[in-house]
Amino acid sequence: MKIDAKGMHYRQLNKMIRDAVASGEKEFELDNVGGQRYIGAGMNENVKITINGTPGNDLGAFMNGPRVIVNANAQDGIANTMNAGEIIVHGNVGDIIGYGMRGGKLYIKGDAGYRVGIHMKEYKKQIPVIIAGGTAGDFFGEYMAGGIMILLGMNGKSPLVGDYVGTGMHGGVMYIRGKVDPYHLGKEVCCLELSEEDTKLISGYLKEFCDCFNFEFNEIMKEKFTKLVPLSLRPYGNLYVY
Amino acid sequence: MKCDGIPSGCAISGMMSENGRRIDGTEIIRSIACMHDRSNGLGGGFAAYGIYPKRKDMYAFHMMFDNAGAKEATEEFFKDYFNVDKDEVIPTQKGYGISNPPILWRYFLEVPENKLEFLSERDYVTKTVMKINSEIEGSFVASSGKNMGAFKGVGYPEDIGRFYKLEEYSAYIWTAHGRFPTNTPGWWGGAHPFTLLDWSVVHNGEISSYGINKRYLEMFGYKLELRTDTEVIAYLFDLLVRRHKLPVDKAILALASPFWKDIDRMEPEQQKIATAIRQVYGSSLLNGPFSVIIGHSRGMIGLNDRIKLRPMTAARKDDMLYMASEESAIREIAQDLDSVWSPRAGTAVIGMVRAEVE
Repeated sequence: MKIDAKGMHYRQLNKMIRDAVASGEKEFELDNVGGQRYIGAGMNENVKITINGTPGNDLGAFMNGPRVIVNANAQDGIANTMNAGEIIVHGNVGDIIGYGMRGGKLYIKGDAGYRVGIHMKEYKKQIPVIIAGGTAGDFFGEYMAGGIMILLGMNGKSPLVGDYVGTGMHGGVMYIRGKVDPYHLGKEVCCLELSEEDTKLISGYLKEFCDCFNFEFNEIMKEKFTKLVPLSLRPYGNLYVY
Repeated sequence: MKCDGIPSGCAISGMMSENGRRIDGTEIIRSIACMHDRSNGLGGGFAAYGIYPKRKDMYAFHMMFDNAGAKEATEEFFKDYFNVDKDEVIPTQKGYGISNPPILWRYFLEVPENKLEFLSERDYVTKTVMKINSEIEGSFVASSGKNMGAFKGVGYPEDIGRFYKLEEYSAYIWTAHGRFPTNTPGWWGGAHPFTLLDWSVVHNGEISSYGINKRYLEMFGYKLELRTDTEVIAYLFDLLVRRHKLPVDKAILALASPFWKDIDRMEPEQQKIATAIRQVYGSSLLNGPFSVIIGHSRGMIGLNDRIKLRPMTAARKDDMLYMASEESAIREIAQDLDSVWSPRAGTAVIGMVRAEVE
């Protein structure tokens, strides 16, 4: 189903999509999207939504199934508390993406903004994954509690990642391609070398990532990655207890 | 005034032609309207530069009066303090959900030479603005610059824009604001932009250092009467850039100073400058979340707080510079952009019009 979203309010657009899904529609192509919020939000069905234009904030919030493809940059709050599904962005994204994300995949071709994956979490097989092909701003993985984040810096921009990486991190794992200046690290993370298992783990996701955006897998793997894990599962256990 | 759980945040947008091309108000209205859901109808406004070419050397005072008495008192005041070249109603049209507007009137003023024995002209005008806002009951100066004006009120920004018939004005810089007031009242004088002389500020966020900034500004004769935090930004730019003659990029170091930990890592020369500015201008540091667009007759400045707690996207297309809370608000009026980027926290985007632009 093709929808021309030009000038449409988000309520109208999202209602059209939900109504069509209820009557069995599986695939959507949205043209002229211009800032409409909450596309794909809270949807449980395995539908495919292709977005041409700039989607608004909270794209895929609480999403639980759909595959969303954005052929442009996207804005803030993508994949907020997302549970399952995929969001693939052929461009850059804004701030606070993957906030509280608890499952599914978010693949970004370019740069990500500030506060990527704050308080992401995981439970058993529910493991959220965020990969960004470019750089990221400050507070990458702040208070991260679970899941996997991979940052590639393929566009060579500097700095690769901003300040306070993993501040308050107490679960999950980050893989950053290249070296991270210790100055940028939060107090609650430590850097490790990748084990064979790590390499195997990220290879699976990165091959998928390469298929989405035509990156060379071997090119990506040429550079050494840094693995970041939390120093403690309860970094603030003794805060405020005296 | 607080609305928990409603997705919001103010909206800002700005556009500027470096070549000084005049653009009518329809584009900026479309841009800010794209972010309708960031506002709640309690404030909207615009600043426009280059709109009064026939009287470009006079101070254009856009006034808001609660009643005829306030208008009369202000006009008496103007007679004493200025030569009034022309005064007229600010044209508006009814409808668009705008209710209870104040009396909206504009005055084109010249400063009599005999008033400037001990004061510069702009200091004199600043003083009169402060005097009106603090001493004449029910009278507020919406803007006081040359060849520019602020158009603001209570309503959604796109409605305010149509109410003021902005399609009839042509400007080389437009800024716009959609308001979602959280902890200060929504009233006509409290809508953005906030202005002084040719400075205008539209702001998303809140200035939690307001108290410190206010006391600091009061030492230099500014009176903060508009019951809202954004006012301090306009006055700080006036103080630092106009009065103290700091270059804009150095003024930015005072308002959104680098953290001490980052200053420690700077090259010696930069370190010296940043340290000196933090020491001298400590009280002008803006704390709290903000993204702002500052307009002035020579350009437009975009700035975020130091840890990026509010959104801002910038873009270029030919001689146009755009800034907005959301990229979609820029794409709404300019689809094929040469470049789009998110300015880093505490790093200003400084746009200047060409020197020959009038």
